[in-house]
Amino acid sequence: MKSDRSLVGWLAAPAVFYLLLVYALPLAWLLVRSVAGPEGLSFTLFRDFFADPFSWRVIGNTLRIAGMVTLVCLLIGYPVAFALARARGIVQVILLAAIILPLSIGVVVKAFAWQVVLRRDGVVSQFLVGIGVWSEPQRLLFTETGLVVGAANVFLPFMILPIYSVVKLIDPRLMEAGATLGVGPVVRFFRILFPLTLPGVVSGIAFVFSLAVSMFVIPSLLIGDRFQTLATLTGRSFLLMRNEALGSVTATVLLLLAVSIVLASSLLARRVGRFA
Amino acid sequence: MTYSERIAQILMWTIAAAAVIFLLTPLLVTVAVSFGNSAVFSLPPPEWSWRWYERLSNTRGLWPSILTSVQIAGLSTVISLLLGTLCAIAIVRGQFPGREAITTFLVSPLMLPGLVVGIAMLQGFRLVGLREAWTSLLIAHVVITMPYVVRTVVAALSLFDFTLLDAARMLGCSPMQAVMRVLVPALGPAFLTSGMFAFLASMDNYPVSIFFTDAWTKTLPIQMLQYVEERPDPTIAAISAGLILLAVIVMIIGDRLVGLRRLADF
Repeated sequence: MKSDRSLVGWLAAPAVFYLLLVYALPLAWLLVRSVAGPEGLSFTLFRDFFADPFSWRVIGNTLRIAGMVTLVCLLIGYPVAFALARARGIVQVILLAAIILPLSIGVVVKAFAWQVVLRRDGVVSQFLVGIGVWSEPQRLLFTETGLVVGAANVFLPFMILPIYSVVKLIDPRLMEAGATLGVGPVVRFFRILFPLTLPGVVSGIAFVFSLAVSMFVIPSLLIGDRFQTLATLTGRSFLLMRNEALGSVTATVLLLLAVSIVLASSLLARRVGRFA
Repeated sequence: MTYSERIAQILMWTIAAAAVIFLLTPLLVTVAVSFGNSAVFSLPPPEWSWRWYERLSNTRGLWPSILTSVQIAGLSTVISLLLGTLCAIAIVRGQFPGREAITTFLVSPLMLPGLVVGIAMLQGFRLVGLREAWTSLLIAHVVITMPYVVRTVVAALSLFDFTLLDAARMLGCSPMQAVMRVLVPALGPAFLTSGMFAFLASMDNYPVSIFFTDAWTKTLPIQMLQYVEERPDPTIAAISAGLILLAVIVMIIGDRLVGLRRLADF
């Protein structure tokens, strides 16, 4: 039996080898090529990119939109995660279905639907005029607000589920214990409940922020070409402009951004985990 | 219950109800548009009709792209289930260093921008002279589907009691029989959920697939985005409604077999 257990490790070899070959190596090659000049190491591509004010506007767009999407998802997702953990019976089924079903539907389908919803004669415009918020129909499509609404809709489940996964483990008696000790409800929430949910909040924020930073289809359909983010610029440089030098630089910046989000969130999760 | 707690409760359920409507809006709108007879997406539609569904049979390029998507998604899911399960067994049972790092590595394609992964693979494949669209798509989609399998099967295997295999051996099973009769049934739910999500992830993938399609080989999302950009009409809504129906069926099957709550495990 001893030899079985030392040999069992080799079962990992096919998958690891496969991913090394077709995934890790190409990514490393992309990084190498972005700093490879005619003779040795060269950062000219990056220097040119960061010297251009347009690039900074693109980076600004990317981070601003991703930040707003994350904020909207957090504000909606946090209470919904609690509702999901408290819900029983048919209410729980409805909530779960509303979260899981959209997860299994492609982003092209959803972005197309938001194109229809956000038009001047779309449902949102009709509704807001109907209840008197707007005096006349307006178009939300091709605006930043429209993009944030559509993206928040697509990424909301990725905020709710990680928070739900920690909320459902919290012992409800903790809050009762706080109440018995005479602590007010607001203080109880911030001193007892909120710190316990932090690991879920951190991973939800990391998920949504990194998805929002790298989204491509949603901005293409909801805001159009005049508004560029790192991801749309990367896609355009490869698919339309055939400018692979620019595309490699933006792809590398995007990759480093995504990796730093993942690393930062796992460090942060470890810290808040220790506190809780 | 104090006054402020009651307000918090009301607020929580109100937001939850609004979130359900918000999450389902794109799906309901798609279905409503697909059954309307208005070509300009008027809602509510002036009249109901099947006309966009009737058009599906002669929409150019639709059926080949569906076929390609199903083939790629099916094959890549099967390959990932095979390689991923072997790897998961090694991670849970093996005693070598860096097992945690291997899990992170195999799940990482899920966390990196799809577009960047696609570009890197495109350049890598070109370097070795691989230009054939279908093969490239399949190779790339195994990477996309692998994280779902590894994540779920590792979690399921860590809960599996491996002494059961020894028990089966003692009761006269061959090693192969023990695996097939004890381990595989115990992992059934994990195979099912991870296979489902892997299949759907492959079916829906846009940012990686876009680099590997050519004029003859397109996956469904690529073909659909092309329709949206060329001539947006409710035929796209009809295709979408079909995909929504597929997702509903998959979810119901998933609920019957493993339960909705297990599907929500993250």
